Amino acid sequence: MNNMVFMILIIAGYLILAPVAGFFLEGYDRVISSRLQRRMGPPFLQPVYDLIKLFEKQAIVVNNLETALVLGFTIFTIFSGCLFFAGGDILLVFFAFSLADMFLVLAASSANSPYSSLGSQREFVQMMAYEPMTLLTAIGFYMCCGSFNVSDIINQDVPAIVRTPGVFLGYCFILIIKLRKSPFDFSTSHHAHQEMVKGLTQDIAGNVLGILELGEIYEEVFLMTIVVLFFIWKNPLSYVLGIAVALLVFFIMIVVDNVFPRVKWEHMLVSSWGVTLSLAGSNFLILTMLKIARI
Amino acid sequence: MKISKSPWLLHYDASSCNGCDIEVLASTTPRFDVERFGIINTGNPKHADIFVITGGVNEQTRQVVKQLYSQMPDPKVVIAAGICACDGGIFKDCYNVSGGVDTVIPVDVYVPGCAVKPEALIDGVVKALAILDEKREAMKNHAVCEVNYGGKTKEE
Repeated sequence: MNNMVFMILIIAGYLILAPVAGFFLEGYDRVISSRLQRRMGPPFLQPVYDLIKLFEKQAIVVNNLETALVLGFTIFTIFSGCLFFAGGDILLVFFAFSLADMFLVLAASSANSPYSSLGSQREFVQMMAYEPMTLLTAIGFYMCCGSFNVSDIINQDVPAIVRTPGVFLGYCFILIIKLRKSPFDFSTSHHAHQEMVKGLTQDIAGNVLGILELGEIYEEVFLMTIVVLFFIWKNPLSYVLGIAVALLVFFIMIVVDNVFPRVKWEHMLVSSWGVTLSLAGSNFLILTMLKIARI
Repeated sequence: MKISKSPWLLHYDASSCNGCDIEVLASTTPRFDVERFGIINTGNPKHADIFVITGGVNEQTRQVVKQLYSQMPDPKVVIAAGICACDGGIFKDCYNVSGGVDTVIPVDVYVPGCAVKPEALIDGVVKALAILDEKREAMKNHAVCEVNYGGKTKEE
């Protein structure tokens, strides 16, 4: 019974605190990006202003299905986060997370705009590029902790990073794709003007776009929490270490975003699969050869 | 919070000579850093709040201007940048020029000049932001859009 109450408290805490963390990350991103470009940049709370504005705008709905699918994206993103913070099965978390992204692709392809459908096709290519690595990340946690449950993963004697540094680096690589950062921001971009305007979010307007942005904020927090998970063991102080590393990783993502120009999709696919195979594959091979995997 | 804290901009060239376009784009470059005020130059009418038009609108761009305007969600403001956008300018008497943006869609702020000065344009945008807030208040009170859109709106 106590356990149940504790779990509900954690989920409630996640629902309230995740947007705070997400807005912090977004503000951090925009301010650091502009400083890298020798600009003042927007106020730190600009992402909050943007979201509030979007909710105050009228929604021009191209079809009712799109709104439902965008809602599906946000709900499943939040759901996968809840599952994760409740200490659930990480494999299930990743599957729910992929489903959320699928909703987004369907929402974009339900509109008739050529930009929107091009964006949805590109999002599919992106999914193809990062999906193997997300699956291998879950398997990596299993190999070093002997369980898929997040509640078990955080109660180990040594953090997961000790046994799976390769998986961690591979995950950081696909994080660039998932966070829509520059060399791999095909389907849509947070920055203005790319070759297909806004791509995936082209036909999503007003407060429906607000719902989408809210989902993306939860998504961002979830993705960074996986980075934190690599550094957590029994010691409560490890949370501080994990968050510090996550912030560092996020900073590197911003630098990468500002340094590299967009590549072609073939390049993204080959490089992400190459990184997945070489880093995660060799990591698993070494674990198996040294017989230190816990399976 | 005021909606004018996050104005997203859409810029369209309705048969301008490009003089005004250069000035508009110059004032949105990193050098002047309009992102300080939350302004983002978005290419997508469905995400935009402020519509900046240059040029006197000819027969080919008339439909495009109308369509872009109808695709922008309320509340929205239109800035006619440059004398051609205001009333046609030196092209006013041409057979294919409508003579100003307001012959096609309602305009909120007129910013004259040939080409429009960046200072004047920024002044115009500040005026437009005040109008944007006013329109938002009006929308809150009536909860109905004044403009009839071609597409489906949520209120329907």
